[in-house]
Amino acid sequence: MKSTKDIAELLDEPACEHNKKEKSGCAKPKPGSAAGGCAFDGAQIALLPIADVAHIVHGPIACAGSSWDNRGTRSSGSQLYRIGMTTDLTEQDVVMGRSEKRLFHAIKQAVETYNPPAVFIYNTCVPALVGDDINATCKSAAERWGVPVVPIDCAGFYGTKNLGNRIAGDAMVNHVIGTRDPDPLPLGTERPGIKVHDVNLVGEYNIAGEFWHVLPLLDEMGLRVLCTLSGDARFREVQTMHKAEVNMMVCSKAMVNVARKLQQSYGTPWFEGSFYGITDTSLALRDFARVINDADLIERTEAIIAREENRIRAALAPWKERLKGKRVLLFTGGVKSWSVISALQDLGMVVVATGTKKSTEEDKARIRELMGEETLMIEDGSPKALLKVVADYKADILIAGGRNMYTALKARIPFLDINQEREFGYEGYQGMLELVRQLALTLESPVWEAVRATPPWRSAGLKKSNTVVEQEPVAARAA
Amino acid sequence: MAEIVKRNKALSVNPLKASQPTGGSLACLGFDRAIPMLHGSQGCTAFAKVFFVRHFREPIPLQTTAMDQASSVLGADENVIEGIKAIAEKSNPALIAVLTTGLAETQGCDVHRNLREFRERYPEYAHVAVVAVNTPDFTGCVETGYAATIYEIVKALVPDAASAGTQPGIRQRQVNCLVSPMLTPGDLEALRDLIEQFNLRPVLVPDLSDSLDGSLTDDDFSPVTIGGTPVSELATLGEAKATLVIGASLRKSGQLLQEKTGVPSHYFDHLYGLQANDALIMALADISEMPVPQKIERQRAQLQDAMLDTHFMLGQLRVAIAADPDQLNALIHLVQGMGAEVVAAICAGNTPVLASAPVDSIKIGDLEDLEVMAKERKAQLLIGNSHAVASAERLGIPILRIGFPLYDVIGGYQKTWIGYRGSRQSLFDLANLVINFAHEEIEPYYSPYAQKPESERQTCAPSCH
Repeated sequence: MKSTKDIAELLDEPACEHNKKEKSGCAKPKPGSAAGGCAFDGAQIALLPIADVAHIVHGPIACAGSSWDNRGTRSSGSQLYRIGMTTDLTEQDVVMGRSEKRLFHAIKQAVETYNPPAVFIYNTCVPALVGDDINATCKSAAERWGVPVVPIDCAGFYGTKNLGNRIAGDAMVNHVIGTRDPDPLPLGTERPGIKVHDVNLVGEYNIAGEFWHVLPLLDEMGLRVLCTLSGDARFREVQTMHKAEVNMMVCSKAMVNVARKLQQSYGTPWFEGSFYGITDTSLALRDFARVINDADLIERTEAIIAREENRIRAALAPWKERLKGKRVLLFTGGVKSWSVISALQDLGMVVVATGTKKSTEEDKARIRELMGEETLMIEDGSPKALLKVVADYKADILIAGGRNMYTALKARIPFLDINQEREFGYEGYQGMLELVRQLALTLESPVWEAVRATPPWRSAGLKKSNTVVEQEPVAARAA
Repeated sequence: MAEIVKRNKALSVNPLKASQPTGGSLACLGFDRAIPMLHGSQGCTAFAKVFFVRHFREPIPLQTTAMDQASSVLGADENVIEGIKAIAEKSNPALIAVLTTGLAETQGCDVHRNLREFRERYPEYAHVAVVAVNTPDFTGCVETGYAATIYEIVKALVPDAASAGTQPGIRQRQVNCLVSPMLTPGDLEALRDLIEQFNLRPVLVPDLSDSLDGSLTDDDFSPVTIGGTPVSELATLGEAKATLVIGASLRKSGQLLQEKTGVPSHYFDHLYGLQANDALIMALADISEMPVPQKIERQRAQLQDAMLDTHFMLGQLRVAIAADPDQLNALIHLVQGMGAEVVAAICAGNTPVLASAPVDSIKIGDLEDLEVMAKERKAQLLIGNSHAVASAERLGIPILRIGFPLYDVIGGYQKTWIGYRGSRQSLFDLANLVINFAHEEIEPYYSPYAQKPESERQTCAPSCH
């Protein structure tokens, strides 16, 4: 089990703005009114996309049972990450102190059945509480079975999902990164006059394969992505992350400790960016070139940006007509509000309000810059509060995480899911096309009129049944 | 609004259309102790029989006038008259439908005259109802043959008010339903249930849910149908409170029934989706003078919820549909009401309802047309009968099976599509096909620089040279 001191250290993240000012993100969950996942959830979500690793959840069934294979991240090769593995501890294991032994054999079974390049062990509440020494078990299992076994000590009671992200990043820095040097560049990939630079992306999860919209551009620029932590990643890629010339923190503070520690230990500079929207995608590409500071690369990057922006703006033109002026209430969780705002503004849409529950002061300043001083920032994300904002500000659509989908649908309001479980990829220039398609799909759907219609026999003034309770549907959309 | 594009090629490939006599037989099979007799060569009947046996997985009573070379050239009047007599004598049916085929019509038969001759020659079979219908297979499709037969049955077997002394509304709780062939036995059961919830007594004409619903009976064998609308019920239609006419193809029959009896007809082109069913429930509430039962209101709210849940999958979905006219029109309304786009609409025959369908054009054609158009316009989902499954496979897209025939699934004939509940299930089925088979994913990209394991590198052939 982690000591209070370990946890305090993880919570003290100098690279995070929350550290300096108002700590809205890492605040202690309040009993009775907490939402969101635990540290285990956060750690598993951060690392599960590493596709060829055997991910074993050490604990009774609740932890893995309802969370395995529940993420939209995609792999271009190995599918091992989709196989759910857990020690599924029993009462006997707990009472008789046999859980470590079970874990040891579980690792053997995973290695023998699936032959993975590494095994990750996620510690959970019950074994943490009874005092399993998973570091020792992992160490002896690695020696015995000849495969790296990485302990990720992420019991749920340690803290929030955000803390879990950091625990995951910490485990990678301490156990995996720096254990192998990168391969030489593959033969036949040299292009005359182009020097290939090595880079990493941290906090990029390849949801629905959306990073495949961006990766070809990085290739074209002459950037070799040593590793994306963790979308479509492989264990052997994570091992080489220390050799990058620059790290990009994608759109989230979740694993900022990885970027900071890599800077500390290896001197790798890092910057923060997003691939959502035309403006931000171009900015991210420019930032790579700027930090690497290779004149040739800068020039090449500008050419690619100009070409891609022209292409996508032309492709978006007919859609923009359809979406222009539509009013959006944006309530994001993991994805930074400001990055989506610029994507929506690129489309001529009006963002009437945005959620800032997880935003830092810096984020908020940026939001004001984009949307004006008057913009409504919503801290209260309860369904009731959200619906009130939708009604008050005459929003046409709610854009939020999947958890809020049924809040919107039950109130008969168009909805777009932008969370990690979604099935569509919105990243990069190409992703904007999918975004507009999905926006138009729900905004223009003929079902809204139909589902808002009261049964005709009520309005027709027919004699009403005693058994039918009169109830008008929520008139949430004052169209 | 739809432009009807007629057939423009010599060869029909993978036909969608089945024949008018097949449709006429289907109508007849919905009556109790009935048997259709096709006036043509033996094959006409054999093929129709196999068609229905494969679809319903039931024995199908079907007879033939068995025209041979001599009667085809010299006249087959005797075949008709003696055929009717043989069936009447042997099988003791309540109804015989004589349905002409292309052969008989080309030869120049007059089945109505044959029928009169039969009556004169064999007065002892006066109690057996016989109708003669012109259903040549060189025109129309299943639906038109079916509609023509129902029209003929109403014309011949429903007594008019003047001569029979019937009076509309004497049977205060009776509602007649003329039902299109697009309604499956499962649909008919659902329709009956809906009507009964308003304390009304439905008389379905015809009633395939009582004859071809796949139930075991006490009799081992019967040469005629077991179950279906009793022919004697036809005499009561004139005393009903109202008639519901489901399906545009039966509009003419509905008008005729109203002319003959004075019972008011209410017309519904179909019963797929929210609006169509709202209209039906309104009519039932009106006719019964009863409030809408809570159970039905709840089913309506469930359909609305399903519309919300499935609009993500069905919105902008490019759908290709092949069906007979009533069903095609219904399906177009259903999927377009969900925001889907009908990129190919193929119909087996041309009827007036098609022109009003909310698509740019409808092609009167075959499953090859469906396949070609679906491919050209990048359809993501097909809707059609079992014959279209091969097209879907070649196109690599999923198919929702509906219509005639359904021979590669069990129980297809029993599926319920109508009502709030049936509509909801249809939306679920469509959305599930999209989720499981038509979801367009981003193609994996393989970076030439990537440090993926050796075992994965062969897969990246095209982009890594």
